[in-house]
Amino acid sequence: MRTLRLLWVHLRLGALNELQYRGNLVAQMLQSLISLAASLLGLGIVFSKTDALGGWGPYELLAILGVYFLVGGISQLVVQPSLSRFMEDIRLGAFDFTLTKPVDAQMLASIKQIEVWKLVDVAIGAGVLGVALAGLGEGVGPARAAAFGLTLLAGVAIVYSFLLLLATCAFWFVRVDNILVIFQSMYEAGRWPIGIYPPWLRLSLTFLVPIGFAITVPASGLVGRLSGDTLALAVALGVALPLVARWFWRRGLRRYSGASA
Amino acid sequence: MNDLLALYRAQFRTTIAEQLQYRGGLAIWTIGLVLEPVIYLAVWSTVARSQGGAVAGFGAADFAAYFLVALVVNQATFTWIMWEMEYWIRQGHLSPLLLRPVHPIHRQIAVNLTFKLLTLTVVVPAALILGVVFRPNFAGIEPWTALAFIPALVLAIALRFAIEWTLALAAFWITRVTAVNQLYYVAFLFLSGQAVPLLLLPGPVKAAAEWLPFYRTLGFPVELLLGRLSPQDAAVGIVAQVGWLAVMVVLLNAVWARGIRQYSAVGA
Repeated sequence: MRTLRLLWVHLRLGALNELQYRGNLVAQMLQSLISLAASLLGLGIVFSKTDALGGWGPYELLAILGVYFLVGGISQLVVQPSLSRFMEDIRLGAFDFTLTKPVDAQMLASIKQIEVWKLVDVAIGAGVLGVALAGLGEGVGPARAAAFGLTLLAGVAIVYSFLLLLATCAFWFVRVDNILVIFQSMYEAGRWPIGIYPPWLRLSLTFLVPIGFAITVPASGLVGRLSGDTLALAVALGVALPLVARWFWRRGLRRYSGASA
Repeated sequence: MNDLLALYRAQFRTTIAEQLQYRGGLAIWTIGLVLEPVIYLAVWSTVARSQGGAVAGFGAADFAAYFLVALVVNQATFTWIMWEMEYWIRQGHLSPLLLRPVHPIHRQIAVNLTFKLLTLTVVVPAALILGVVFRPNFAGIEPWTALAFIPALVLAIALRFAIEWTLALAAFWITRVTAVNQLYYVAFLFLSGQAVPLLLLPGPVKAAAEWLPFYRTLGFPVELLLGRLSPQDAAVGIVAQVGWLAVMVVLLNAVWARGIRQYSAVGA
């Protein structure tokens, strides 16, 4: 409860702060729409040459694109900016102030910075998913919706834990500000179903950088091509990885000696 | 002339020292650079397979050859000036550069070439590994295409540099150029042959792309080397490169002259 209230306060503060710069909303919308247009153009060219890409039809790929925007938007809305800020705070010694607050430091570090305008990406993701759903028609029943919801939740948890694991490295190697960029550049690969990639890349995109679990798996759940095994694996990872990240965070925290003190 | 050479040499040394300080950044940059063509390659190989092995005459091995050469050509031609120029102008870092007795473009050319040389040490091994993995079909390469590729590549580097430098000058008038840069990037992606060989574009788009300069900076040298062009097309292409380069250099000078007058040196 308290977590939610804190998140809400930060969201509101972030929004108020950003409302001073309304031009940024237009900039963000333009940026997101151009990115969407590029994706749609790419899909258009591909489907002018074929009816299905690795077994995925046009609307099914649209579902992937929707999840791509949705998860990317959520991650850039709060997770990535907060963790970047956290790493910056470690470097500058400002993390001491986070530790003195009477709330869990991991939680505070994970929601501290909010980029409100990234909600545009979340909205675009939802819109694209809506179009995909309309195109897929009847087939999407409660079972698929549940599979989608479950795997999406697991996917977000996995992405968050993965990014937290990366960011926690800052406790050991103070200057790692570029480390989150790796995730961003590999995230691009998630615009397409990871099944089309050669095995070595597919495995890296599943287990090294968990983009498959974040995008392809939830989209598979929605279009009804998710196997029970994958579902179980996604849920198991969605539970286990946050625990691992938590453990790693505590180890890192014990190392922290305060840069400015 | 001698002064200019000394300047290039000095810039060369500083840039190398600078970049070696940030090896981590270089490694991360390489991941993105290599991943992008691999994504397009995977997509188009899948399409080719679903169409019975080839689409518009491209089989999986032809796509592999195309995107591997495109990786190297893109690495040789790309610039980051559109992002840097905005920073220089908005933060006023351009001012000290203007005080120097040479045009700031020289510094940028020197830094760009040095960075390319440095990154060649990671890009060439990466391309070789990808070559082993994807088994490209290089059968179309002939002595004359390899020979003609050299001037085509040099012209492509110069042309792309001139185009992107000119566009970067938009920052003199617009403070936030991200949207402009992004639009250019998307246009370039599809019209240059970076995301898809021109042959696979819908007819009218393909025709337009052949007339626009972007294709001459990337897709053209790639197709030339791989033997996909007739000698006539190759000659026409090189003439087009020279023509576009002349146009862009004139434009660049004109825009620079106006932009410099516009520049108010924030933060100076």
